[in-house]
Amino acid sequence: MIRDITIGQYYPADSSLHRLDPRVKFIGTFLFLISLFVADSFWGYLLATCFLGGIILLSKVPVKFMVKGLKPLFIILLITVLFNLFLIPGKEIWSLGFLTITVEGVQQAVKIGIRLIYLVMGSSVMTLTTTPNQLTDGLERILRPLNKIKVPVHEISMMMSIALRFIPILMEETDKIMKAQIARGADFESGNLIQKAKNMIPLLVPLFISAFRRADDLAMAMEARCYHGGDHRTQMKPLIYERKDYVAYGIVLIYLAADILIRIFL
Amino acid sequence: MSLKLEHVTYTYNPGSAYETHALKDVSLEIPQGQFVGVIGHTGSGKSTLTQHFNGLMRPTSGTVYYNDEDIWQEGYSLKRLRSHVGLVFQYPEHQLFEADVLSDVCFGPKNQGLSQEEARERARTALIQVGLKEKYFSSSPFELSGGQKRRVAIAGVLAMEPDVLILDEPTAGLDPKGRDEILDQIAYLHQERKITVILVSHSMEDIARYVERILVMNQGEKAFDGTPKEVFAHYKELEAMGLAAPQITYIMHALRENGLAADTSAITVEEARDSILKALGRGEK
Repeated sequence: MIRDITIGQYYPADSSLHRLDPRVKFIGTFLFLISLFVADSFWGYLLATCFLGGIILLSKVPVKFMVKGLKPLFIILLITVLFNLFLIPGKEIWSLGFLTITVEGVQQAVKIGIRLIYLVMGSSVMTLTTTPNQLTDGLERILRPLNKIKVPVHEISMMMSIALRFIPILMEETDKIMKAQIARGADFESGNLIQKAKNMIPLLVPLFISAFRRADDLAMAMEARCYHGGDHRTQMKPLIYERKDYVAYGIVLIYLAADILIRIFL
Repeated sequence: MSLKLEHVTYTYNPGSAYETHALKDVSLEIPQGQFVGVIGHTGSGKSTLTQHFNGLMRPTSGTVYYNDEDIWQEGYSLKRLRSHVGLVFQYPEHQLFEADVLSDVCFGPKNQGLSQEEARERARTALIQVGLKEKYFSSSPFELSGGQKRRVAIAGVLAMEPDVLILDEPTAGLDPKGRDEILDQIAYLHQERKITVILVSHSMEDIARYVERILVMNQGEKAFDGTPKEVFAHYKELEAMGLAAPQITYIMHALRENGLAADTSAITVEEARDSILKALGRGEK
């Protein structure tokens, strides 16, 4: 029933992007997002488009998956574009009642629209080519310096991994409990909003109980294996930069530099 | 009054790389009042099969009939079907949610549209039927022991007074005493109320003792369908499927191979005893 929903939208494929160190992808994505705000001219956007297009081709992920990521943002996108279109003052080109469209408004709307779309697509590339576990690993390494100011980086990333690991299990559990209650005549579909919320109780109570039971069991199992948090823990597959990772950093930096040069000189 | 499956096939993720056939062209008919056992290895399609009986799963192809009516035809009330065909899932105690035992058992009857009093009456009857003591009726279901919780959950389905009761591994994780008590209660209900009981299990001993017909599922297909004696006669094939006949079957076959004229179709300890005594010329008790 709801087993089909995928969370953490990893798309398994064998591309050079999939094999990159997650830290590179994380920092690369971050730099790409910055570059989008640096770019301000036609050439800047052209460069960003080429770069993003190249990355998508390299990732071997079908473009339709990237577009799918845009869907939930459609409303926000629409509102932002419309606001910019109608509310920026400048040279008038069209007006009806209190609505006026200006040249500057059109320019701004197009820019903002492209920026938002590229922002989402850029981060989609990262989540589509990196497994959730790699992502948390990468994040842990990047944030490790924060340990110095007493931020429990390892614990936070451990909690993230566990949470991610439990999503499919809880999904399956939800499916099972739902079926069991439907077999007892429960109705999860009809009724108004309040009725529907009330009908969820026979699903939510057992689900919470089972989540707590599982958390308890896991804590016990971890303790039985002498788990004691971050200090001196080593990893089975430690993250080590390889040549291809440095090359990737190089490419991203060249792109960012080009972007800045365009901003200054064109 | 019967349950009928005609050429039912169920495919997970059809059309994708993960396509798997959970059921392959299964046809069978279960007349009202029969006590049927369904056995099969993990992943043989037992649970998928049971969920087709009450319309929780829709066959990819094929038809499911209840009382000669296609349950997937336009306008058929699946909700009403589910009050006739009760399904107790594996580890049913995980679905308890109410603050006290009685209210939890009332959940099903209330969904059937019964009044508060009727529902409570049904719940009491069902709880007594599964052998739960009255002093527990108002305690929280989460304070009970594993076996008691299981009883409450089974009562939750029984209280809907179904004509067909399907139980998916009702004894999994229970101690031998709890297991026997629950199975005895089910057998008693089958006799008293003349309901159809479909018992899914992988314990041959349980099945052999209670059921009058066995369905063996193997890799989504119906492998054998017959009385326990007929099915256990294929004990070699059952082994190839990762199943085993009751231990008695093995003993009787071993005795016969060693020259004792024992009846190899005996499946319970009592039958075996009588047959061995007879073979030894001491048949009269």
